[in-house]
Amino acid sequence: MRAAPDVLERFRAEVGPDGPVTVAGGMTQWDVGGPVDGSARVVRAPTGVVSHLPAEMIVRVRAGTTVAELDDALGSAGQFVPLDPPDPRRATVGGVLSVGRSGPRRLRWGPVRDCVLEVRFVSAAGELLKGGAPVVKNVSGFDMGRLLTGSLGTLGFLAEVVLRTHPRPAARRWLAGGGDPQQTFDSLYRPSTVLWDGARTWVLLEGHPADVADQAGRLPGFAEVAGPPPLPAAGRVSLAPSAALGWAAGLGPGSFVVEVGVGVVHLGPEAAPAPAPPGPDPAAAAIAARLKARFDPGGRLNPGRRP
Amino acid sequence: MQRARSEDLAGELAAALGPEAVRTGSMERSLYARDASMIQGEAAVVCLCASRADVQAAVDIARRHGRAVVPRGAGTGLAGGAVPVSEDGAPPVVLVTTRMNRVVEVDPAQRVAWVQPGVLNLDLSRQVAPLGLHFAPDPSSQQACSIGGNVANNSGGPHCLAYGVTSAHVLAVEVVLSDGSVTTLGGLDPEPAGYDLRGAFVGSEGTMGIATAVAVRLTPLPPVIRTLLVGFATAEDAAATVSAVIAAGVVPAALEMMDQRITAAVEDFVHAGFPTDAAAVLLVEVDGLASGVEAAAETVARLARDGGATSVRVAADAAERDLIWKGRKSAFGAVARLAPNYYLHDTVVPRTRLADILNAVYAVADRNQVAVMNVFHAGDGNLHPLFLFDRRVPGALERVHAAAEEVLRICLDAGGALSGEHGIGLEKRDYMPLLFSEADLVAQDGLRDAFDPMRLFNPLKVLPSGSRCGDLQAVPAGAWV
Repeated sequence: MRAAPDVLERFRAEVGPDGPVTVAGGMTQWDVGGPVDGSARVVRAPTGVVSHLPAEMIVRVRAGTTVAELDDALGSAGQFVPLDPPDPRRATVGGVLSVGRSGPRRLRWGPVRDCVLEVRFVSAAGELLKGGAPVVKNVSGFDMGRLLTGSLGTLGFLAEVVLRTHPRPAARRWLAGGGDPQQTFDSLYRPSTVLWDGARTWVLLEGHPADVADQAGRLPGFAEVAGPPPLPAAGRVSLAPSAALGWAAGLGPGSFVVEVGVGVVHLGPEAAPAPAPPGPDPAAAAIAARLKARFDPGGRLNPGRRP
Repeated sequence: MQRARSEDLAGELAAALGPEAVRTGSMERSLYARDASMIQGEAAVVCLCASRADVQAAVDIARRHGRAVVPRGAGTGLAGGAVPVSEDGAPPVVLVTTRMNRVVEVDPAQRVAWVQPGVLNLDLSRQVAPLGLHFAPDPSSQQACSIGGNVANNSGGPHCLAYGVTSAHVLAVEVVLSDGSVTTLGGLDPEPAGYDLRGAFVGSEGTMGIATAVAVRLTPLPPVIRTLLVGFATAEDAAATVSAVIAAGVVPAALEMMDQRITAAVEDFVHAGFPTDAAAVLLVEVDGLASGVEAAAETVARLARDGGATSVRVAADAAERDLIWKGRKSAFGAVARLAPNYYLHDTVVPRTRLADILNAVYAVADRNQVAVMNVFHAGDGNLHPLFLFDRRVPGALERVHAAAEEVLRICLDAGGALSGEHGIGLEKRDYMPLLFSEADLVAQDGLRDAFDPMRLFNPLKVLPSGSRCGDLQAVPAGAWV
């Protein structure tokens, strides 16, 4: 077992074994899961891209690193990790993973939880623990990476992760038009993003330039645009893809943007109130309660926050 | 809890599930006492469940009788994950899901299917192919293995290089828990509230619950596919080409490697025209839209020639491609003709280390006087050394175990993992401390415990017995089960 690098050891010591504590990244999604109890000490995860191995398609990065810094490091080698938070200059890798919300390119590149290969995290007992391994394929033991992704730091604080990278597509092009969102989605082969705001449909195509041009040619009435519409951030609803389109169709055009084929609806302030998500059934709620009891019996990690 | 006798247990199960679904004959108990590994357990009763209600009833009855429940799909697992063993030595109830084999619902608009756990992997892909869709994980055993087993083992397959392993293709799982309750983990919505219990469950090897329905993501069939078969004079050249392809920004749909020994065995078996004079053969498949595929295929061919390829063959049509894949996927059948027994290993290494590790594997095999062949998922560094032996020869099995352990240690030293796709089961359980600290393992045990605090399901699997919180003791490292 390798000794932990000093910087991880310092983070471990800072979190310590007792007292309420919270971990802050860029605080760009700080409201998710509700407010943290005011008594909690604030700690920050270590920063820096430790190593990027393009031929392995992996990157080891500390949790406090901003997504922009990670993007820059990977970009110089022609790769990327599809985290895509709204504010990459401030959002941190650990924050994006702990919140667990994926960016609009998940349609093509998968949700953030699928890029996590290894996690090193500090437990409620103040131990530095590991799950997974730094290889692109691994079923050695239970999946701690997926457990921690989206757990809002209530089971452990991410210190360092190994993520799977992808080669950057040679070409990318945004198009927009009046096409029906489902038909547009159905007519394309694995588009990166399809968005609909009730009136217009946006499409992101990525890949070989000739393929991007060919796919674009299948979209009558679409024209190239600089980028996606701004994604409203007053609310966010997660529904099955068909249900998301159906529900959003009843909202006023322009008050929402729905990720077609995914089911995330981004709501503006003027949109109708979001339907309350169905709570977990009692059996799943009991598993979640036992998880919290096993991983953080004293309730010291991010007290008050509920994933 | 007073443990009742096996006859009472079987009687109650037969009353609940119907006598035909409950087997106690010595022949059947012995069949279900093992899976595709070399490990033998003992089954008290075998339940062939046909519905969620059957699973719930069997779990309730087993729990009341104080018997462990070992879930089982098609039994193709290679790590002993479905071998019935228990902490107290009382033979478990083996709960078989193969009769739950219906594709319940296919929704092409959302590209999702709800399937029962006993649906066979390849049957699902065949059934949705007319819709232009498929289930991307494709283990070599895909004609025989079930979706439930794929979920339990987070199975891979050649095409997981580009498409990801099973967990990336499972949206929701309906699960029977050890208290007999039913819950649905995950959902068709992209961001279900709460912890990702679905993600924790996939790959839990039957220790957390029993899947009774699975919502799988279906992936569009690629419009264009190119399959290349490339021969090399040395395994090093082949391995270096693997790294060169990935470093060039090409992620093939599949990137498989076969050494000369296995290539010869396969060619004898399927006559697919594999280059038997090559020291190593790469099977490279690129798929997607036409221009990207052509460009990627050209890049692969160029890098292969630059890397010393002695032959480059591109499949001319679907029939030729199918024949090449038939050769790859028949490798284990071909080997069965060469020796009475084989042990198929499964480890992962950084792909840039493939050439060194392969040489090390040959050296280990020579040192232990064991025949070895290699056919594996080179693109993701997932090695599958195949050791041939004859169990009847005294000492043969022991030499295979010694060689397998040495290979495992070499792979971990190189920064790899214990298993890429077969799982830990019983077979690699006691090696977990080579990869994880005691505290890491206690955390994993906490995850399992949150799902099954009664420890009813698949005891003694995945985690060494010392992993339980409050029960910390040194685990004898290197004890091969």
